[in-house]
Amino acid sequence: MCGIVGLFAKSPEVEERLGEHLGAMLVQMSSRGPDSAGVAVYRDPAPGGWSKLTLYSASPHEQWAAVRDELRDAFGDCDEPGIRASHAVFVVDSDADAAQTLIRERRPDLRVMSAGEVIEIYKETGPPEQFAAAFALEDFQGTHALGHTRMATESRVTTEGSHPFSTGLDLCLVHNGSLSNHNRLRENLRREGIEFQTENDTEVAAGYLAWRMREGATLEEALDGCLTDLDGFYTFAVGTADGFAVLRDPIACKPAVLAETDEWVAMSSEWRAIAVLPGAADAEAWEPQPEVVYVWEKEKV
Amino acid sequence: MATEQRSAVRPHESDPASARPWNLRESYLFDRTAIAEIQRAAREGIYDIRGFGAKRRLPHFDDLLFLGASISRYPLEGYREKCGTDVVLGTRFATKPLELKIPVTIAGMSFGALSAPAKEALGRGATEVGTSTTTGDGGMTNEEREHSRTLVYQLLPSRYGMNPDDLRRADAIEVVVGQGAKPGGGGMLLGHKISDRVAEMRDLPKGIDQRSASRHPDWTGPDDLEIKIHELREITDWEKPIFVKVGATRTYYDVQLAVKAGADVIVVDGMQGGTAATQDVFIEHVGIPTLPATRIAADALQELGMHRKVQLIVSGGIRSGADVAKALALGADAVSIGTAALVAMGDNSPEYDEAYREIGSAAGFYDDYQAGRDPVGISTQDDELAARFDPVVGGRKVANYLRVLTLETQTLARACGKTHVHNLEPEDLVALTVEAAAMAKVPLAGTDWIPGVSGRSG
Amino acid sequence: MAVVAREKAAVEVVDLASTPLRELNRRLHDLATAPGPAAWRILNPNGAHALACGLDAEIDVEIDGHVGYYCAGMNKRATVRVHGNASTGIAENLMSGRVIVEGNASQSAGATGRGGLLVVHGDASSRCGISMKGIDIVVGGSVGHMSAFMAQTGCLVVCGDAGDALGDSIYEARLYVRGSVAGLGADCVEKELRDDHVEQVARLLDAAGIDADPAEFRRYGSARQLYNFKIDNAGAY
Repeated sequence: MCGIVGLFAKSPEVEERLGEHLGAMLVQMSSRGPDSAGVAVYRDPAPGGWSKLTLYSASPHEQWAAVRDELRDAFGDCDEPGIRASHAVFVVDSDADAAQTLIRERRPDLRVMSAGEVIEIYKETGPPEQFAAAFALEDFQGTHALGHTRMATESRVTTEGSHPFSTGLDLCLVHNGSLSNHNRLRENLRREGIEFQTENDTEVAAGYLAWRMREGATLEEALDGCLTDLDGFYTFAVGTADGFAVLRDPIACKPAVLAETDEWVAMSSEWRAIAVLPGAADAEAWEPQPEVVYVWEKEKV
Repeated sequence: MATEQRSAVRPHESDPASARPWNLRESYLFDRTAIAEIQRAAREGIYDIRGFGAKRRLPHFDDLLFLGASISRYPLEGYREKCGTDVVLGTRFATKPLELKIPVTIAGMSFGALSAPAKEALGRGATEVGTSTTTGDGGMTNEEREHSRTLVYQLLPSRYGMNPDDLRRADAIEVVVGQGAKPGGGGMLLGHKISDRVAEMRDLPKGIDQRSASRHPDWTGPDDLEIKIHELREITDWEKPIFVKVGATRTYYDVQLAVKAGADVIVVDGMQGGTAATQDVFIEHVGIPTLPATRIAADALQELGMHRKVQLIVSGGIRSGADVAKALALGADAVSIGTAALVAMGDNSPEYDEAYREIGSAAGFYDDYQAGRDPVGISTQDDELAARFDPVVGGRKVANYLRVLTLETQTLARACGKTHVHNLEPEDLVALTVEAAAMAKVPLAGTDWIPGVSGRSG
Repeated sequence: MAVVAREKAAVEVVDLASTPLRELNRRLHDLATAPGPAAWRILNPNGAHALACGLDAEIDVEIDGHVGYYCAGMNKRATVRVHGNASTGIAENLMSGRVIVEGNASQSAGATGRGGLLVVHGDASSRCGISMKGIDIVVGGSVGHMSAFMAQTGCLVVCGDAGDALGDSIYEARLYVRGSVAGLGADCVEKELRDDHVEQVARLLDAAGIDADPAEFRRYGSARQLYNFKIDNAGAY
């Protein structure tokens, strides 16, 4: 069980302060998610042909320069890593799949948190306020971001078990609720070649979306598939390169609220996370209907 | 051996006239009980609804033994050397925690499931020895509040009779997520027990079969439970301890989530826990036994550093001081009794055997609480039957029984050298079976083997 | 019940940006037994939970903004008006008095309410009036799925539409819907709208301050087929 927050900037001012706003929203969700926190920020697109990886190390004194060197050796060019707490972001002259493969082969001790051209995922155990400070969220600028605070239900509190889960390039998923058929589904997805690192139900949902889209489904079709193939209670928020999507299960017991002004579109489990945003008092606010896929993308706004 | 175990629960075999002839062999799978149930289902076309708890044999506290004092460990003298039994519930957030004299409380049972005099007797008995009673799925009666010095008020999915005045005059509030007899099921009260008074308290038409929700109407999940608990605290100005009660299933996660949701006290009800009415299949086939549930719950609290800070009450099949002491040794702060309290008051007493046989049962076997025709007057709403039950006598019996539970617990604790029953610990125990050793995480007697944890096997 | 003198003074303004919620609620609770301001205005609720809950006094509380869960939960006698939206469980278990939401209400509005009146001028979400036990609820807009689930007594009036599974497992509560009903729940059927029903709807609309023609509503209630367990109804359980 958990808290979800999402923010999509419609103005340069909000893009400028994206991380600051997201951090404030995240902290409001601390009591529903005291165990760990995570964000997916969409910012600083990699140059054409390049890709961006966010890596996590459990070692407190990780020599990230060595990782940079490995990537340079393999692909010719790689920027200085952007280091925040236990994570490092590498922008490398390679497509994301090749870069990920290299890391998995050469440095299996590191976890790939996200891969793509714009996404950066950071997640860590501990209270949200601590997370926001450790990762200096207030420094982030970007076009949109999702955040999550976790109260672990049926799996351990670990960094890997935190949300957002990355489902594919520039894709991520956060979840509030509890699935009930994820164990069998995990086995089925494993047979389809999807890999899992945790016992977490959300990771299964993320794997399902990745599988459907790998097989050719659009994001909307994959989310629609959740309504038949996943069982349980969920409010999902999915991040994409261009925006985000929201879906609630048919029973819709877990909360969700959406709000919009001329400057932003926001999503959360509770109003008080949206209340911290500028102009929230005059925002148009509504509740997403169950079984309906809502999508916001840069071109459409 | 299996036959001897089963014969204890067969009504006809207690009657010498129907002793089994030597040449007949009963099936283990399709024994008389199974045959009777299949044929009942074929006749009636509806599942069997009954009261009481799980009747089949399960690993339980009987499979554990205490290591009493010897050369390395010294006992306490009875009488002069005190063995404390007091317990404080609700120290985490409440400004007025409950202070009980004994580590045994009376579990939630509704007025509606039980008669008014039965509820009164429970209140009298509990008050006499300094412990609490709990309301049930029908709300608080004035009589119960008057007769019970310490009263815990349940908040159930049904919310029958729920109101802020009772919240405020309660001593503690128990948010019921589920109970051991039917984790995942809602309350049930059949029409013949929906009397005028019960109907009025529950805002239901008289004489209907009450259907109850299994989820709470205004929250689902521990994250929203946290907000609900906050509301209850606000309404009562943060005075009352908030309990969270669960039926034992995924106990490890449930206990941790209850702590994260802000509970002061956690109540874990094992699958042996009783009920006034539910489907037999639910009672016998859902949930985990009280034995592993107790150990898991205590370990979960230890892991969070909350053992003894968030108190643990365990229920489901507590019968004697031995059960109490073993539950405490495994980490509980207190236990709760339901079925045992009814039995103490006279339920299934042999002097009523003839009356039980008139309604198709027998003393020692009666579990038709749902029918409301209890000849003892406990689990009925019939005025005539209820009038047979003397609440003052009943109250004395409850008090006596609670005293014996306490004395037995102290006896065992003293033998283990404890000046307070809370100093009992898992290391005071050994197990008689491999299952009990694994479930309680104590070694098999005479070995250092805890299956799955330590020591050598076989 | 003691009659407590009320000051006919100016409105007591409390800003939740600087006053702890717990302190505000405590002051409101004290009015049950001690004199104090009869009119209150709460600023900057900002989605706070359990705001103005457990009240027991004839006072007016105006809340400027959106509230979180369980606003006005278990209230008696008081009038609470939310100038904004309300989250889950507005007026849950209401005992008496009135609660008015100018905007929309989230799920479980008026849940298990036992008396009093809840008015939602906008839409209410799913489970509006779930398990209601005597409360009257009037919704100017529409209600979501599973509304009036297990509704025991009381009245739900919906000027807009109703979502799926309306009145599932309903007991004796009365439902009136002017717009379309996406689907009826187990044992809930349409019933004849007679003069006394039209009068009831008119009274409730008037009490809610909502303008609508009571004769345009349709009545729904229990078919009473699930009142006693019968195996033929097994599919409905």
